[in-house]
Amino acid sequence: MDALEIARWQFGITTVYHFMMVPLTIGLGLVVAIMQTIWYRTGKPEYLRMTKFWGKLFLINFIMGVATGIVQEFQFGMAWSEYSRFVGDVFGAPLALEALLAFFVESTFLGLWIFGWKQLKRGVHLACLWIAVIGSVFSAYFIIVANSWMQHPVGVEMVDGRPVMTDAWAVFTNNTALVAVPHTLFGALAVAGAFLLGIAWYHLWRRRHDGIDVVGKDGRLVPGEAAIPGRDKSDYTVWMKSLRIGAVVAMISFAGTAITGDLQGKLMFEQQPMKMAAAEAACHDGTGFSVLSVGNLGATDCDDIVAVIEVPGILSFLAKGDFTTEVKGVNSLLGEYKEKYGTHLPDNPLYGDRAGQEIQYVPVMEVTYWGFRMMIGFGGIAAFAALLALWVTRKGVVPQSKWLMRLAVFGILAPFGANAAGWIFTEMGRQPFVVAPNPDMNGIDQVFMFTAAAVSPGVSAGELMTSLVVLTTIYAVLLVVEVKLLVKYIRGGVASAMPELAHAHGGKDTDHSDKNDAGPDKSGDDVLAFAY
Amino acid sequence: MELLPTIWFVAIAVLWTGYLFLEGFDLGVGMLMKLFARNNTDRRVLLNTIGPVWDGNEVWLLTAAGATFAAFPLWYASLFSALYLPLLCVLAALIFRAVAFEYRGKVDSERWRNRWDWAIAVGSFGAAFGIGAALALTTTGLPLNANGDRVGGPMSWFSGYALLGGFGVVAFALVHALAFLALKTDGEVRHRARRWFVRLVPVAVLPMFGWMVSVQFLSGKPWTWALVAAAAVAVVLAWTLARAGSEGRAFGALGAFIVCSTASIFGAAFPVVIPSTLDPAFNLTISNASSSDYTLGLMSIVAAIGLPLVIAYQSWTYWVFRRRVSAAHIPEAHGFLPAIAAKVLISKDSPSASNTTGD
Repeated sequence: MDALEIARWQFGITTVYHFMMVPLTIGLGLVVAIMQTIWYRTGKPEYLRMTKFWGKLFLINFIMGVATGIVQEFQFGMAWSEYSRFVGDVFGAPLALEALLAFFVESTFLGLWIFGWKQLKRGVHLACLWIAVIGSVFSAYFIIVANSWMQHPVGVEMVDGRPVMTDAWAVFTNNTALVAVPHTLFGALAVAGAFLLGIAWYHLWRRRHDGIDVVGKDGRLVPGEAAIPGRDKSDYTVWMKSLRIGAVVAMISFAGTAITGDLQGKLMFEQQPMKMAAAEAACHDGTGFSVLSVGNLGATDCDDIVAVIEVPGILSFLAKGDFTTEVKGVNSLLGEYKEKYGTHLPDNPLYGDRAGQEIQYVPVMEVTYWGFRMMIGFGGIAAFAALLALWVTRKGVVPQSKWLMRLAVFGILAPFGANAAGWIFTEMGRQPFVVAPNPDMNGIDQVFMFTAAAVSPGVSAGELMTSLVVLTTIYAVLLVVEVKLLVKYIRGGVASAMPELAHAHGGKDTDHSDKNDAGPDKSGDDVLAFAY
Repeated sequence: MELLPTIWFVAIAVLWTGYLFLEGFDLGVGMLMKLFARNNTDRRVLLNTIGPVWDGNEVWLLTAAGATFAAFPLWYASLFSALYLPLLCVLAALIFRAVAFEYRGKVDSERWRNRWDWAIAVGSFGAAFGIGAALALTTTGLPLNANGDRVGGPMSWFSGYALLGGFGVVAFALVHALAFLALKTDGEVRHRARRWFVRLVPVAVLPMFGWMVSVQFLSGKPWTWALVAAAAVAVVLAWTLARAGSEGRAFGALGAFIVCSTASIFGAAFPVVIPSTLDPAFNLTISNASSSDYTLGLMSIVAAIGLPLVIAYQSWTYWVFRRRVSAAHIPEAHGFLPAIAAKVLISKDSPSASNTTGD
């Protein structure tokens, strides 16, 4: 493999991996903040338990997002120095602002939240979590502003061959970003929703399985208690509420991703028509949406792709909001792109061995076509499952079926899959450009960059291969560790995040008695409420 | 002299100073997990002094890198690509270190903790060394061609300056951490940390002086030489104060040392951001590596509001957690009784889940 290919694999792997941790951080953070707010306002102990339990899982995952995020920031300079030189004037700013205005907030206030259970007043402590969560939302905004500029460059002028920012407002209110941010946030919430739903289902199933909860004659559940710390009646409430919150969050967020995704699609048909045509494997101009297309999707021309099932009118609806407008297919776009941006890479030393090669304007259609469908499919399945789960558990009873429980647990993966597929689709669909040309931008349609020119000229394929192997290995090992820890703490139940349940009152936290305090230890020792 | 690039050169120097000052001690505490702590309680005392703050400290690095990207894209691109392998080590070190802080206490087993302790110690060392080396090289020179790309292969960046900078930051971080522990802990750890500090500080600052003086010989100015002298005074002061038992002031004096050091180094390097060791004509400077005035102006406004805010709320964090930590405060680590012990998802179900203990 040459340096470019390795660098692309590395960027893809590290980014998709990073984006497994990130949506869970954003989504779960928001949910935990809401749980703690309810606890703050009502004092109901089950909400404290939920805050602590889901908060624990949140932290186990959060740190992985932090650790893998640093790689992202360094990688632009390390592996993509030509890209960094070309776009730095406009692309660097959102990255710097993300660190200055979002990461500082997130990390500092999360530190206060983790360690400040006793040092801070309850309201201040809660505020710290909210501020950290808002910080994570801001961080999503800034990084998507940066990414959206690669999809749809705005607010710049070419000076000496480089785009120079002339209109920050245009960059920071890029319409591509304004729809991508809510789309991404809803996607993150979908992850959190399925996470809550799957784990809560498991615990409820297990309580019945272990004979703690029984179903009464009226078909409603009668919660019981077991001799294990934390497995009391209020434990049932924790899981049932978590399940319902999770299901509702999953459904709302699917609706949110669908609405914002539709807006995004319509923009993309204008801004990156080739990406959308490739998403549909739509070779010829038309109105039909492909449900199933077969043939050699990997081909660079469209000669042997056959749409087996096609729904007429739907593609036009997705693109334009009506059922009749013809949408341009790959074949006619190909001519336009070749005419505008050339047929061969320029003879420029920047391109290294790639100089003079023919440009492939059609993205890998196997990826765009199936990526697009997986994104929608996984998202839809998760939302439908959430709806079913709400219906099935309407009387507070989780069925005894082990297979249903397994389905609920593995269903956690569906929104992760949707997120990953969406990013892979939109990033690979942008190829062969790293900065896609903006068709609307008058006079400066030379603001684009081929991925082939972006890689670091001074870095060897060997170095890139080393880092690819090292990072992939580390990531694989850490994924195993993270999942193992998550499973351990999930099995541990609420008591795993609240050892005081097991060690203080003999396993019970009497209702309302410790409304003001996180734990039973009030011995005046307020140096460490939480300790590593 | 262009005003905005100069401002941003100073801003980036300030960010690196903030990083070395703050993460300096938590990197040091990380290394001391293996060098200084004698048992698990000691280690937990050490960890809990930096627990609430290390992640916020690390963001100074991200901000310094991000600001370099935004303000001097050519500096960022050349430095990061030229130092590809050393920065890969820094990344690996930072990943393991961060994860280790969080995961170390999550399983109650000696082997588990020991592994993560090594990850913290080695990770802290690697990060400190790599970043020190990178900063030393950006101030003393890299083999860059006209395009700003490294020539001569993956290791051609290496020079004695890299070692000076690497050991400079590592050794500084160690004594800075000892000063910090003397200030933030109580009991035996506190006194031992102070004793170690007094003994080590005169030696530990030497590589940093080596780097500082090298840069002065390469491109020093009278006022940056004066800062070297000021750094020396600060060290003597720190040593004297620590001997006298004035822990807070000793820590402050060592902080003044790092501030003077970075100021003298960056001041001497100015206006060059990376000298090319091949040809001075290829030097990257604040003029030829910077972003447009529009971008720099925008960033200046945001930073003028954002940075004081960061300093304000980070200071507040230190105030909230101002009390000293000692062995007496460390709660017992309790394993938990898992609510669900059997692995139903994977293996055959066990009939009862009620009597297995945690690992």
